[in-house]
Amino acid sequence: MVARARKVIALYPEPRSALIPLCHLAQEQDGWLTPEAMVDIAGLVGVTPGEVLGTASFYDMLHTEPVGRYVVAVCTNIACLLNGASELLEHAEGSLGIGSGGTTADGVITLEEAECLADCDRAPCVQVNHRYVGAQTPESFDQLVADLRSGGRNGDIPPHGTLVRVRRTNGLSMSPGEVAEERKVADDARAARHAAKESAKDASAGGGS
Amino acid sequence: MAVTDPPKIVTARMAHPDSHTLERYLATGGYDGLRKALTMTPEAVVAEVDAASLLGRGGAGFPAGRKWSMLRKNPVTYLVVNGDESEPATFKDHLLVERDPHQLIEGVVIAAYALQVSQVFIFVRGEFALGLERVQSALNDAYSHGAVGRDIFGSGFSVDVVLHPGAGAYICGEETALIESLEGKRGFPRIKPPFFPAAIGLYGDPTVVNNVETMSNLPWIITNGGAAFAALGGGRSTGTRLFALAGHVVNPGVFELQMVTTTFNDLINAPVLGGGIPHGRGLKAFIPGGVSAPWFGPDQIDLPLGQDEVAEAGSMLGSGSVVVMDDHTCAVRAAWRITKFFSRESCGQCTPCREGSGWLERIMERIERGQGREEDLDLLLDACDNISPGLSWPPQQTTICVLGPSIPSSITSAITMFRDEFLLHIKEGGCPYD
Repeated sequence: MVARARKVIALYPEPRSALIPLCHLAQEQDGWLTPEAMVDIAGLVGVTPGEVLGTASFYDMLHTEPVGRYVVAVCTNIACLLNGASELLEHAEGSLGIGSGGTTADGVITLEEAECLADCDRAPCVQVNHRYVGAQTPESFDQLVADLRSGGRNGDIPPHGTLVRVRRTNGLSMSPGEVAEERKVADDARAARHAAKESAKDASAGGGS
Repeated sequence: MAVTDPPKIVTARMAHPDSHTLERYLATGGYDGLRKALTMTPEAVVAEVDAASLLGRGGAGFPAGRKWSMLRKNPVTYLVVNGDESEPATFKDHLLVERDPHQLIEGVVIAAYALQVSQVFIFVRGEFALGLERVQSALNDAYSHGAVGRDIFGSGFSVDVVLHPGAGAYICGEETALIESLEGKRGFPRIKPPFFPAAIGLYGDPTVVNNVETMSNLPWIITNGGAAFAALGGGRSTGTRLFALAGHVVNPGVFELQMVTTTFNDLINAPVLGGGIPHGRGLKAFIPGGVSAPWFGPDQIDLPLGQDEVAEAGSMLGSGSVVVMDDHTCAVRAAWRITKFFSRESCGQCTPCREGSGWLERIMERIERGQGREEDLDLLLDACDNISPGLSWPPQQTTICVLGPSIPSSITSAITMFRDEFLLHIKEGGCPYD
């Protein structure tokens, strides 16, 4: 994981920019953002653990408390509200026996009332570990939960924390020094083109008078 | 009917199930726009985008070409692409990142060449797990193909593109909050001036921030010319645009339509588009451009889908999302839910927004639950006025960013259009729609 983390850090001009990607990486490892991971991330990007927590606690997807293997998010924002989301969330709370934000006793499901998940043509929208599962009815929701519990969705939905399963295959193709050099060349060329244009303008203005 | 034959610019490939792959992209003209751009001067590329009059597709609608040409003499260090699509009921960038990631990448490299930047960050909303995977796969393939990285297609131009996942915060769609987030911090918007990204952006360097849909239009514009793009649409709203239609319609979805020549009525009711309101119900109201926008009533349904046209009518085309509410919808509940959203997503920096949104939500909730008082209506408007003095449109601002002045839109719309409904909740001690 540390090797992967260093590769991520190398993509940014400043290490701190990797803070959130590394929080995702930590969640991939542990399912949530543990205090130990925050200490490690702090060391890797050069901030204090408090700054990692301070940043992470701002974001809905970063969990500083343990969550279930599956985080089931039910959107109740406007498009979903108009399509029965309140009723679906109420059903989900009842059938799972937990409130929004809670985790089932077996540790499998964490239920969340979500803000708009941008899948509004399939409302009410539900995501499991940030994978869309399409519009749900109370009946299909119960089936979804049963499938999650029985491992029936293991193929398409990874455990919570695994966000992007496709890894970047390469680092940056240019070193910071090369970037600076290229930028200087581009700036000089731009200035030269601009100067040429101005002198052409002057020439034509001169020719017309 | 005009709506049946709009040219497809950014959704041309989407009929193919493998539209996200490099193979399909190359088989359908992919990276031709970039190859052409690389034979032009950067200034000529900017001029072509200027000629297209491409308005930014993120919500504010600032012309992309002008944004760039303002910066021609002031070299830009970074290009940041905003794919943090979170405005409720907006789901067009979701489609673009999942279904045509190469088109986005090609647009990004064209923009990078026009601006002569060497490093690009594509910020994609964290909840788009599949979208992130698709963009990362496409980026890996694009590097291998020579379309990104060192010496692109042998032109001598090089640029690195990094995909950056968000972590769940609406406010990061605001460009300065996005930059803060990209720097590894809380998504707190920066105050403008002085923190205009073009002057002081990522790591304090000049930065251009453009939306995913804006970028996705560039390959077509370069291939076909800015004039061909400007010939579509009408007025200042040139070209096509993606409209996300949701709520009470038979066929919700994302539709690519010509601006201005198409109306809200076409979008909502045309059989090939929204297909009308289900169950034979009537139209109560619609929100024309994301939940930050004031609502429209049935009498405004013939308005054209144009940025200036909608602004003149007192709202905004915003993020291009249209929410339809049928005549069985409780206006109080709808406005309460939208207010709750803003309350949850306020970053907390500015008092009017942080405190105002919370109090407004609680007052809206008690009215919806039948515990409201008649004077609550004035109280709501007074609290709204504290966030956005005068309750005018476009709104006045007492906060660092525009999230604050977006909060009153739904409440003032609902009270103005459906005051009787609020009073009925109060009089009957409950929601008449329950």
